[in-house]
Amino acid sequence: MRIHLFVLLCLIGLAGNAQTAEELVKSVKSKLDRVTNYSATGKMKTNVIFLKAPIAKVQVYFKKPNQLRILNEKGISFIPKGSMNMDLSQLFIDPAGFDLLDLGADKKTGWRIIKLLPRDPVSEVVLSTIYVDAAAGLIRRSSTTTRENGTFELEMSYGTFAEYGLADKVIFSFNSQEYKLPKGITFDYDDGSGKKSAATGKPTKGRVEIQYTNYQINRGVPDSVFR
Amino acid sequence: MLALLWIELNKIFRRPRTYIAFGAMAAIVWLIQLALYFDGQAYVDLLLSNLSGSFEFSDLFKTQLLNGYLICFVILNTLLIQMPLLVALVAGDAIAGEASQGTLRFQLTRPISRTQLILVKFLASSVYVIALLLWLALLALLGSVLLFGTNDLVVLRSTGIEQMQMDDVFWRYLAAFGFAAVALTTVAALSLLLSVLADNPIGPIIATMSVVIVFTILSEMNIPIYDTTVKPWLFTTHMVAWKGFFYVQADAEGTTIRGSIENLPAVFRSLVILLGYIAFFLGISIYLFKRKDILT
Repeated sequence: MRIHLFVLLCLIGLAGNAQTAEELVKSVKSKLDRVTNYSATGKMKTNVIFLKAPIAKVQVYFKKPNQLRILNEKGISFIPKGSMNMDLSQLFIDPAGFDLLDLGADKKTGWRIIKLLPRDPVSEVVLSTIYVDAAAGLIRRSSTTTRENGTFELEMSYGTFAEYGLADKVIFSFNSQEYKLPKGITFDYDDGSGKKSAATGKPTKGRVEIQYTNYQINRGVPDSVFR
Repeated sequence: MLALLWIELNKIFRRPRTYIAFGAMAAIVWLIQLALYFDGQAYVDLLLSNLSGSFEFSDLFKTQLLNGYLICFVILNTLLIQMPLLVALVAGDAIAGEASQGTLRFQLTRPISRTQLILVKFLASSVYVIALLLWLALLALLGSVLLFGTNDLVVLRSTGIEQMQMDDVFWRYLAAFGFAAVALTTVAALSLLLSVLADNPIGPIIATMSVVIVFTILSEMNIPIYDTTVKPWLFTTHMVAWKGFFYVQADAEGTTIRGSIENLPAVFRSLVILLGYIAFFLGISIYLFKRKDILT
């Protein structure tokens, strides 16, 4: 009898503390809303099967509602399509524009899995899934499926700027389409090794990792950066 | 020997037709630079059309991509296939030209051996090759860098893309031009050999061009039976190994390794094969010339 009473009290306690999906999203959004613009320096690593690229020093600029620019001022950087989705506030541009579906906690990490279903039937985003660290009020992972540009996945690690919902490290995964050029155009040198390129010529997943080193938050970003 | 080399160089560089090659190269380089200067965006769009589904390319990206290093790479791709023909114009004339003018017998009355004469003719042709390449470097590399500036070099291959940081590029060009000098000297040695066999320069010049064209076509064709039997031994297969300096190694995550070459042993193998060809052509030339009846 005592045991039953204890379990019941625990369940009531848990139910009392557990946030609803709406509350969780609201707390996450409130952090993100504190940032109207930022510029950040970072190191960008690109991992696409057909591309060999050096690690680049980049400058990332963001301005609400939906302007994001990654610039490599000293060199060349291949920026994946949909890189705008690297900024999490994109998920909540229209707070009333989606329904929430709470899938409960992830068994391994304990993060709450919430699906965001757009109400607009012709919305570019078909479905977003976010994994929220409820204790910290931060999105740790997200997956966004779009109508035309495939699925983007984000993984975030937080540090100094967690109070603004800004990650220290972002891993952005995207669909890369096939790449192949005729040898008649490229005049490749065949070194005779018979070694096949790792590139399959078929669509694969690409990955961009940005390690941020410094954020300048709400200090203004000129519009000219985004032109 | 040096005095003789000086005389040979004088002969080559005093002939107006020697400068046809320099003029032709300048015209091609300037035409390419001019076209890319005014319509480079269209060219870049064409290059990137295959990638537009995966990446977004801003105007700034396109401007950065179309830099002096890329333009030079494009020019070398175009010109290094044609340059053997220009080399043949001079090297093919070396012995057969003297024979047709009736000065070969006179030359051999001087106190020099036939071996020395062949070596001097070969050295003079090699100096001509180096002069052509220096001219090309001046126009294509320095000219493009001055016109378009420098930035990272992006090399497009049929199944992948190689990107090198701008301060990791210049030494690759030095190595590539050095390699091209050996490659073109191979053509000069072949042309000299054919020149020994003829009494009229037209024959060796056309024969060299024909050999280079046929071998290049064979090298570029993808026919399995030739891939392992014939192609590895054609000197034209190895003449394009200068591109190996622009193929880089990457770590497991696809990050370019600075200062690396994807397959350095293969580039060295090509270099050794070309040097072997030069020694072979030169050896045969000396052997045949020593036994040749000089009638003119």
